[in-house]
Amino acid sequence: MGITIKLAGSIALLTGGRDVLESGASNVMGCIDDLEARFSGIKNSLCDDSGNLKGVFNIYVNGENVKYLQGAVTPLEDGDEVSIIPAMAGG
Amino acid sequence: MKDVDVDCRQRYSRQIMLPGVGVEGQRKIGAASVFIVGAGGLGSAAAYYLCAAGVGKLGVADPDQVELSNLQRQILHNTERLGAAKAFSAAQTLRDLNPEVEVAPRRQRLTVENARELLDGYDLVVDCSDNFHTRHAVNDACVCARRPLIYGAVQGFQGQAMTIVPGEGPCYRCLCPDPPAPEEAPPGWQRGVIGVLPGLIGLVQASEALKLILGRGELLTGRLLLYDMLAMEFSQVRVKRSAGCPACGMVKEVFKK
Repeated sequence: MGITIKLAGSIALLTGGRDVLESGASNVMGCIDDLEARFSGIKNSLCDDSGNLKGVFNIYVNGENVKYLQGAVTPLEDGDEVSIIPAMAGG
Repeated sequence: MKDVDVDCRQRYSRQIMLPGVGVEGQRKIGAASVFIVGAGGLGSAAAYYLCAAGVGKLGVADPDQVELSNLQRQILHNTERLGAAKAFSAAQTLRDLNPEVEVAPRRQRLTVENARELLDGYDLVVDCSDNFHTRHAVNDACVCARRPLIYGAVQGFQGQAMTIVPGEGPCYRCLCPDPPAPEEAPPGWQRGVIGVLPGLIGLVQASEALKLILGRGELLTGRLLLYDMLAMEFSQVRVKRSAGCPACGMVKEVFKK
């Protein structure tokens, strides 16, 4: 069954427009590494040089922001949904 | 709108005739007060249509002046008003459109210090601001007062909207816990936006405001609406209220007492 990754906005441009992907990762960073293996360079958009998640994207696991869970090491189980959405503030 | 008299029946006839609105619904709209944070792209669309719909009182806050680069999307303002305070320019346009609506312009930026006072007395708030710090300040003030808040934001060719009903669904801090670091997220004016986009998202916000006032339909509570203009696609992501959210936690504490 695996993990479903949903991408929205500018991040989907880095996957050639593919906005729903599957992953077998066991945590959020594993998903990002999975994306990086398939779409080289995408990790730079999501993480800083130290490997911390950037605030310019919000990542949700089953609808809950990972900043309130365990951040990049938030564990994942089969059937979980990871959504990566740009944080935007323009009005 | 003091009463639904003959002129009012004509002005609002196309919505009064709708099942589920009627004269009673129009009275609710006329009795409602809505605060619009920001008279920019989102605020122009939201305020203009809520004014046209006959919302009783509209508060409009914006600290900035009208600039030429605003006019590609901020339809409350015009070329003659370059240099004018946006809050007052907005008020003039809204009063011209519908003199029955009480418009309260505030030439101010909402901050952590003044948000609760400025929003006091309003039934609901539409967040049309242009920066993360204002959005967090507005959210915290609304959640604390249990005042519904309608979030909307735009960037490039994409937009987002969500309705926040404190105590019932996630708030803006559940969605976006902290402002991104400044070097990660340059201000909106540096990122660009296609002119029609804030119009569309601002009208999603105005639609949610009318649904809240009328008590009809399914609100965007716990559903982040995503709009991609180039793909011409709407999608949604379910968002949960987070147990660790400091704003929602504050409400729990306040209402426990």
